[in-house]
Amino acid sequence: MEVSMSVNGDTQTSDVEPRTLLVHHIRDTLGLTGTNIGCDTSSCGACTIHVNGESVKSCTMLAVQADGTEITTIEGLAGDDGELHPMQAAFMECHGLQCGYCTPGMVMAASSLVAENPEGLDETAVRQGLEGNLCRCTGYHNIVKAVLAVGDTA
Amino acid sequence: MEYAAPTTVDEARTLLADNPGSRVFAGATDVVPQMRSGRPEPSVLIDLKLIDRLMSVTHDNGHWTIGAAMPTSELTSNGEFTSVFPGISEGAGWIGSDQIQNRSSLGGNLCNGSPAADSVPAMIASEARAVIAGTDGERTIPVADVVTGPGQLSLADGEFVVEFEIDDPPANTGDAYIRMTPRTEMDIAIVGAAVRVTMNGDTCTDARVVLGAVAPTAVRVPDAEAALIGSSLDEAALAEVTAAASAAANPINDKRGTIEYRVQVAGVLAKRAAVLAAERARA
Repeated sequence: MEVSMSVNGDTQTSDVEPRTLLVHHIRDTLGLTGTNIGCDTSSCGACTIHVNGESVKSCTMLAVQADGTEITTIEGLAGDDGELHPMQAAFMECHGLQCGYCTPGMVMAASSLVAENPEGLDETAVRQGLEGNLCRCTGYHNIVKAVLAVGDTA
Repeated sequence: MEYAAPTTVDEARTLLADNPGSRVFAGATDVVPQMRSGRPEPSVLIDLKLIDRLMSVTHDNGHWTIGAAMPTSELTSNGEFTSVFPGISEGAGWIGSDQIQNRSSLGGNLCNGSPAADSVPAMIASEARAVIAGTDGERTIPVADVVTGPGQLSLADGEFVVEFEIDDPPANTGDAYIRMTPRTEMDIAIVGAAVRVTMNGDTCTDARVVLGAVAPTAVRVPDAEAALIGSSLDEAALAEVTAAASAAANPINDKRGTIEYRVQVAGVLAKRAAVLAAERARA
């Protein structure tokens, strides 16, 4: 099936099999390997991307379901000049990553969480908002600190 | 496997009727993991999320109509709905994380047929109805009659849930849904309890008590409802609710909880949900 979607601002048209998961399409067909696959069963959140501005686990969507949508992956978060998105900068500043495997998904989920809560977030809201993202290093403390660093000033 | 994305109910109905072995789906949050874990693929996956009627929520003529494929995040962020049915909103809000909420739906949560489906007990407590489309048109049945056992539905081949209808509650009515999970988040209920009460001053005039995850389907507990009606939710009435809910629980042993534990927790949660529902009814 032919599907067409905007990925990080570029229109991408490809022929995909109906059973192809969106995350496989993004990684294997489009070559954007910043989106990681952790569990493949919608548990870990490593593959979180934005679909029409909302955070979604890209292993729970078929590529064909993304036809006509606007997708942002971790590669599309920084500015054109390479300037980091505030959430990426905060993860760096607050040491919000250890092995880095969960980081793209964490950053995507966190940036959506902050965008959806312009009135600001407290620690409980951040921890609850990131319930769908697992960090195998258990480095949650600094992740929460990073999100709060952005969420407080939102 | 093929994929189809109809834009009308009629189109979906025809696709389902013409393709043996096809199935409808909404957010895919159950369907995709099931396929990935080795369950047979359907012949055609029919995506319901492009049908406007299944993706909207409306409130008129004394009842709410909720599209079966609408993301649960849209329902839980609907301030008016959440203020009228906080219990249904609580149940819908427990279906997975934020990312899942942007895809998951009430129709999918119901039709996956899990006894532990979080949105179902409070829907039954408000006597929600499911509008079902099939080859012969549409019919409306109580949500309580859709699931007949784990993964089993009363729907015939070619039928699917289009939307849910919930009547406006009477004045001074409140509902609540409380669940117990081994982890705080991202887990499956070992017991869920929904209670809806209508109060006249300090006296309860109507009550519905529904348990999830402790029987092959969600179950109403008539003895607990009878204990609440006419009471002021005093200690004696609440003790009866606890005993009745525990007696109605017929759970399984599994890695999440033992039979003994689930039976006891069912009583405790029913009591707590009743107290919370009554607080909301008085507010």
